[in-house]
Amino acid sequence: MEQLTLPKEKLPELLGEIGSKFELIGPKEENGFLAFRKINDPKEVNLDILLSRVPPKSLIFQQTETLFTYTKGKDSKVQTPKIDESVRVIFGIRPCDARGYDIIDPVFMGKKEGDYIDPFYTKRRNRSILIGLSCNEPDTNCFCTSFDDSPANTKHVDILFTDIGDKYFVEVVTEKGEDLIKNLSKIFSKATEKEGNIRKETEKTAIEAISRKMNTEGTVEKLNKMFDHEFWIEAARSCIGCGICTYLCPTCHCFDMQDESTLKLGGRVRVWDSCMYEEYTHHASGHNPRPSRMNRVRNRVYHKFNYFPKNDGIFGCTGCGRCIDYCPVNIDIIEVIDKVKEVNV
Amino acid sequence: MAITTREGEHAYATKPAKILAMKDLTEDTRYFKFKFLDESIVEENYKPGQFAIMSLPGVGEAVFSISSPPTRTDFIEFGVRKVGSFTEALFKLKVGDIVHLRGPYGDGFNMESLGGRDLIIVSGGLGAIPLRSVLLYVEDRREEFNQVFFLNGARSPADMLYRADIIAMAQRGIIESHLSVDKDDTGEWPYHEGVVTTLFPKITDRVVSEKTTAIICGPPIMYKYVIQELLKLKIPKDQILMTLERRMKCGQGHCGHCAIGGRYTCLEGPVFTYYDVQHIKELI
Repeated sequence: MEQLTLPKEKLPELLGEIGSKFELIGPKEENGFLAFRKINDPKEVNLDILLSRVPPKSLIFQQTETLFTYTKGKDSKVQTPKIDESVRVIFGIRPCDARGYDIIDPVFMGKKEGDYIDPFYTKRRNRSILIGLSCNEPDTNCFCTSFDDSPANTKHVDILFTDIGDKYFVEVVTEKGEDLIKNLSKIFSKATEKEGNIRKETEKTAIEAISRKMNTEGTVEKLNKMFDHEFWIEAARSCIGCGICTYLCPTCHCFDMQDESTLKLGGRVRVWDSCMYEEYTHHASGHNPRPSRMNRVRNRVYHKFNYFPKNDGIFGCTGCGRCIDYCPVNIDIIEVIDKVKEVNV
Repeated sequence: MAITTREGEHAYATKPAKILAMKDLTEDTRYFKFKFLDESIVEENYKPGQFAIMSLPGVGEAVFSISSPPTRTDFIEFGVRKVGSFTEALFKLKVGDIVHLRGPYGDGFNMESLGGRDLIIVSGGLGAIPLRSVLLYVEDRREEFNQVFFLNGARSPADMLYRADIIAMAQRGIIESHLSVDKDDTGEWPYHEGVVTTLFPKITDRVVSEKTTAIICGPPIMYKYVIQELLKLKIPKDQILMTLERRMKCGQGHCGHCAIGGRYTCLEGPVFTYYDVQHIKELI
């Protein structure tokens, strides 16, 4: 892995160059929250706020996606949109959010021969080069380390930037990353051993700053045994079913498909959906297999901490803490899993 | 009708089909017969129990069981109850109008693996729509099966689907049929009255447990009671097959709607065995 450094004051120059050659996406402040948006001017990039409110999942699995457009009336014609495949650089993605892609890749890109590969997700994923940014100061509800992850993990990005004071320590992880660096002017320097040590120290300090821990040991097995336990009624009591925990989750991938039309034209649009809603499983006949909030809260926990591990060998959680940060009634997934462990079955 | 994805298309791009015929089956349920405009699509590569997704641009999509058998090609049939906005729009169409389709999806009944076996087919209400595909398959390949019992329950005489067809099949010796309504509100119902499980005594003495496969489809409430009867008859758990309703959207195992216990009904179902049902929570 090539290790380089970039003086901080050169960052705008770098982003400017990337932006002139490719589409550049980065974190930008918008209405007091961070959001991943197209960057037109390097000055727009905000690296002070840790996590975007909506995870960058939205850049690959878009919140709304037009599957096709149609004309209405007797000779209705359907037209499939062309999906852009040109290179796009996503700058400033945090390691946990990048890991989120790895968790949902199998859903959209197939796990085995014959699985349907979603072209919208796959093409967008393949065209994206991820330049990650290590988290030097994790937030109160960060717990990525509970999943063997690290705030400076290189594993899920193409290039990783770590702030080491007056410079960024730059690790070129993948071939995609190497190709990008080759394409850019030589404004990087080779990293020295000393700088490498500062980077390691920075990661160590960041890991130590993570105070929350989810103890997942034995959770899968415990959940196998407690589906019918009254604990779930208790766990769901305060939930108001707003669905924000699922919308802001980097690993939630549910969607609905709806037609949106004007008088003559329209499109079939794929939109994020949430299993926290009553209508989500409501049959046309009136029957609902998950009729109460308890069923739905339980489903969310099972999907992430029982079904995901059983199907894909991985927890459906990155430890980003968004569901805890934004829950209006303070449901805390770490506490839920702690309580699961205390239940007697 | 295997509609495969072609170069430059994705799975949600549907194929236009023309309405060849339609007929009211009951007050709110209608029979539809379609033919694809693209003649290269052959309507035969599916199993009874599989489903397809109908689409009307501007209205949306909805999932329906295929009601014709793969043994009859050149058309595809459905039975549809008018219950929501999609079916409301569908019922306004006329013969010759275009409906878009994609599918088939899910895993259906492996009829070929049931060769030489006795079948007990139990239907409740709209369950007769997918089971019609099974019955017509049996009719077309009668020599492959042994005894075939069909127990069909409906709320009232007016709600019973395909009554004349079923009686005609029974008269030709293709099936032994037993019909029942929960309540006869006409005073003219010539058959049994009571829930569908009360038909079991009519066949009990002729059931050979180890040779029998049961196929069930009906409203969610029905399964538990029918399964009890089948277990009394000592039908093995993996020979009790049922097709289950689930709200579905994408048909690809992506969107999450039909996922139960970490499994996707649209991929692994809608046909499940009683063994599956015992091991997957919330399935019925």
